[in-house]
Amino acid sequence: MTEMLSMSNNAPLFVGMMLLKLAVVFGVTMGIVAYATWVERKVIGHMQTRLGPMRTGWHGLLQPIADGLKLFFKEDIIPTQASKVPFLLAPMMILIPALITIAVVPFGPDVTVKGFLVPLQITDLNIGVLYILAMAGLGVYGIVLAGWSSNSKYALLGGVRASAQMISYELAAGITIIAVFMLSETLSLREIVALQSGSVIDWYVFKQPLAFGLFLITGLAEINRTPFDMPEAESELVSGFCTEYSSMKYALFFMAEYANMIVIAAIAATLFLGGWSGPLPESLGVVNLLGKVFAIMFFFIWLRATLPRVRYDQLMQLGWKVLIPLALANLAVTGLVVVLQQ
Amino acid sequence: MFTAIAKGLSITFKHMLPGHSTTVQYPTVKLKPSDRFRGLHRLVPTQDREKCVACYLCPTVCPAKCITVEAAENAKGEKYPRVYSIDLLRCIFCGYCVEACPVEALEMTAEYELANYRRADFEFTKERLLR
Repeated sequence: MTEMLSMSNNAPLFVGMMLLKLAVVFGVTMGIVAYATWVERKVIGHMQTRLGPMRTGWHGLLQPIADGLKLFFKEDIIPTQASKVPFLLAPMMILIPALITIAVVPFGPDVTVKGFLVPLQITDLNIGVLYILAMAGLGVYGIVLAGWSSNSKYALLGGVRASAQMISYELAAGITIIAVFMLSETLSLREIVALQSGSVIDWYVFKQPLAFGLFLITGLAEINRTPFDMPEAESELVSGFCTEYSSMKYALFFMAEYANMIVIAAIAATLFLGGWSGPLPESLGVVNLLGKVFAIMFFFIWLRATLPRVRYDQLMQLGWKVLIPLALANLAVTGLVVVLQQ
Repeated sequence: MFTAIAKGLSITFKHMLPGHSTTVQYPTVKLKPSDRFRGLHRLVPTQDREKCVACYLCPTVCPAKCITVEAAENAKGEKYPRVYSIDLLRCIFCGYCVEACPVEALEMTAEYELANYRRADFEFTKERLLR
C-alpha cells in the first residue's frame, strides 16, 4: 500500500512536487490564456465571415506575443484624480482569485513518485467548492475597486453594475451547485470526480441537466462575458471598469477575463462532465480535462459571436425571476429524489 | 427563445465552416475594379504627342477646378497643352472631364492606390499623366 505524499513523510519531495505542479499548472493556464485570445479572435472572425488575425506569423499565431509586447511597452497612465493604491491593487485583485481557483481542480489520476502517491491536483481542499465560490465572489471586488478608484463616471457605473450582477447570479450559481452535492455528499472535487469515474453515464450532467445549463449561464454572468458583459458594455460605458487603465494593468484585466473563463470551464467540466475521468482512458486524464475545458470555452466564444448583450433590466429579471426560482426548484426536486431513494 | 438562440448558433456555426470568409487579403490579393471604375486620369498619346488639343473644355466643366491647362502652338502649327496638370487632392473623380473631351484625349484608369507622402506628389503633371 503506497502512502499519500505529504509534508510529514517526505518534506523535500513534497515541496519539490508541489512547486513542479504549481509551475506546470500556472504555465499551462497562462499559455491557454494567451492563445484563448487568439482562438477567440479567429473563431469570432470566421463566424462573422472574416479571417481574424493573419499577418503576425502563420495565420496570426504570434498575435498574443505581439499584443503582450505592445501592452508591455505602452505608457502606464494613472489619472491624477485616481485613488492610487486601490487603482494599482485592483488588477491584481481580479487576476489572483482567478488564478488560485485552479488550485483545487484535479487534472489526472494519482501518480507514484519514489514510492509515494502524488495526486495530480495542487491541493485537495475538503471544502473545495466553497473555496471556488468564495474566490469567484472575491473576483468582483477587483472590478468594483477598479471602477471606484478610477474616479470616472463610466468606470464607476461599470463597477456598480458588476457588483449588482454578481449578487444576482452568484446566488443562483451557488444553489445550482448544491444540487450536485446532494448527489455526491462531498465538497471535495477529487471525490466528486471519483464518483463520476465509472462510465460516461455516471457524469452528473445526465443526472442534473438543468443544473448544468443553469451553471453555464450563471457562470457566464459571473465572469462578465457576452451576453452578460454589462460591466464593460462598450456601447454605453466606453470600456466600463477598465476605461482608465492602460499598459500592463489593462493586460492584467484581460488575462483575468480569460483565466476566469478557464476556471468556469474547468469547474463545469469537473462537477458535471466527470473531470479528467472522461471518455479516454485514465492515463490520458489531462487530455480529457483539457478537451472538456476547450469544448466549453469554444461554446462561450460561440455564444459571444451569436448573442447580443442583454439589457440591464433583462439581466436582473433573468437572474431573479428565472434562474433563482429554477435553481430552487431543481434543488427541491433533487432533495426529494435523494430522500426517497434512501 | 431557445429555438431562436439555437437558430442563431447554427447560423454562426455555418459561417465558421471553411469557404464562408469574404475577406480579401488586400496588399497581396487585389480585386479588379469594374470596367467603369473612375480612378487616376490618363492622357491618351498618339504617335508623337498627346491627343489633347488644349480646348479648355475639361477645366471649364470641372466642378472642383482641379485641372490646369495652358495652350501653345508646336512647330507644325498644331495647338497642344504646354501645361496640363491635375491636382488630385482637389479632384472628386466625377469623370466630367472625360465626358467633355471632344477628342477622347483623356480617360480614367483602374488605378486606385493613390496615397502619398507629400503634397507635391499629388500634382499630376502632363508627363505623369501620359502613360
